[in-house]
Amino acid sequence: MPETVDCRGLSCPEPVLQARQALEQVSGGTVTVIVSNAVARDNVSRAARSMGWQVAVEEEGDDYKLSINK
Amino acid sequence: MRDRLFIIIAGAVVGLLAVVLVLQGNPVNMGFCIACFIRDIAGGLGLHRAGVVQYIRPEIIGLIIGAFVTAFYVKEFKSTGGSSPVLRFALGMLMMAGALIFLGCPLRMVLRLAGGDWNALVALPGYVLGVWFGTLFLKKGFTLGRSQELTPVSGYAGPFVAVVLLILLVAAPAFIFFSEEGPGSMGAPLILTLGAGLLVGILAQRTRLCTMGAIRDIILFKDFHLFYGFAAIFIVALIGNLLTGYFNPGFEGQPVAHISSLWNFSGMTVVGLAAVLAGGCPMRQLILTGEGQSDALITVFGMMAGAAFMHNFGLAGSPAGVSPAGQWIVLISLVILAVIGFGNSKVLSGNK
Repeated sequence: MPETVDCRGLSCPEPVLQARQALEQVSGGTVTVIVSNAVARDNVSRAARSMGWQVAVEEEGDDYKLSINK
Repeated sequence: MRDRLFIIIAGAVVGLLAVVLVLQGNPVNMGFCIACFIRDIAGGLGLHRAGVVQYIRPEIIGLIIGAFVTAFYVKEFKSTGGSSPVLRFALGMLMMAGALIFLGCPLRMVLRLAGGDWNALVALPGYVLGVWFGTLFLKKGFTLGRSQELTPVSGYAGPFVAVVLLILLVAAPAFIFFSEEGPGSMGAPLILTLGAGLLVGILAQRTRLCTMGAIRDIILFKDFHLFYGFAAIFIVALIGNLLTGYFNPGFEGQPVAHISSLWNFSGMTVVGLAAVLAGGCPMRQLILTGEGQSDALITVFGMMAGAAFMHNFGLAGSPAGVSPAGQWIVLISLVILAVIGFGNSKVLSGNK
């Protein structure tokens, strides 16, 4: 079941904390994280990769949509 | 791997520039001190009248403009704000209060350590403790709320303030205060200080270098990425000081420092906790200001107000130590930080 975590307007480390929480609750599949700044985009990507997930980043207007897969 | 190398290089450049700036005239162990420099600017503008610490520090101007130009170039400039501005102003004040008890921001703590000032070795665990307290709040869902996208005018306010400060520095009108003695009278030539600020602004914008994040990410995520930059600052500044004869180990007689261990420790606990709640150390707030974040600019204004408050009421530490009133400020700061921390965590505030 795809899950979306909306972290728009939040600054690090909050997006990373929320994304990790979401990733820890599922064993695989797709988790979508939406962030609104480049720092959060980079940090969430790095955290997800270090947990063994793959990350695809898409720009969506002024925001970034991170599709995190395992 | 590339990212890791880049942040190590950025930290190394900060450490190297810090040594060069001292050689060229900055106060000892104060190649960079964001809190001290913002305090000097507050003095230069006459917000406080401590005659020995008044100067419009070009490093601060350079950091903001360097980050602004870089963020603009890589399309990361974004005008945002509106996330608990009053609390951010308060956190800026408290961050400055703690720094002026210890006599330095976290960056200067590292540089003092690299200069053999063992008082900084006492402050470091205090800082780590403060950051650890902060992570407890983060784990409880602490947030200052979402920021909103604002009109570009708000985003340009930070760089505009930096340009105005540069004009005031160069024009040096009579109403701007410049120290004639003490640390405020000491500074490397403008071209070097401004250039160093610009270069570090560029590097820090790209690498997100942050002296608080370095500790926080280890505690929260066992992520050492930012710590590599932090460590590089220390190692390069240490080598530089050893080579240039500025490494003088000991507790006593250190430049712009005092030996009251309890207050060195607890002052930095205040800084660490305030920095976690504010989302960045003093330097990081300047970089975010350059990126168009009004929330960071209001934190910087809070730091200026905090500096004025600490000096106008004789609360700041000095080489003689920390006054009883200054000691009370540490305790009061910790109480206010606890209120802000609990009040914005899921437990009490109902934040989701």
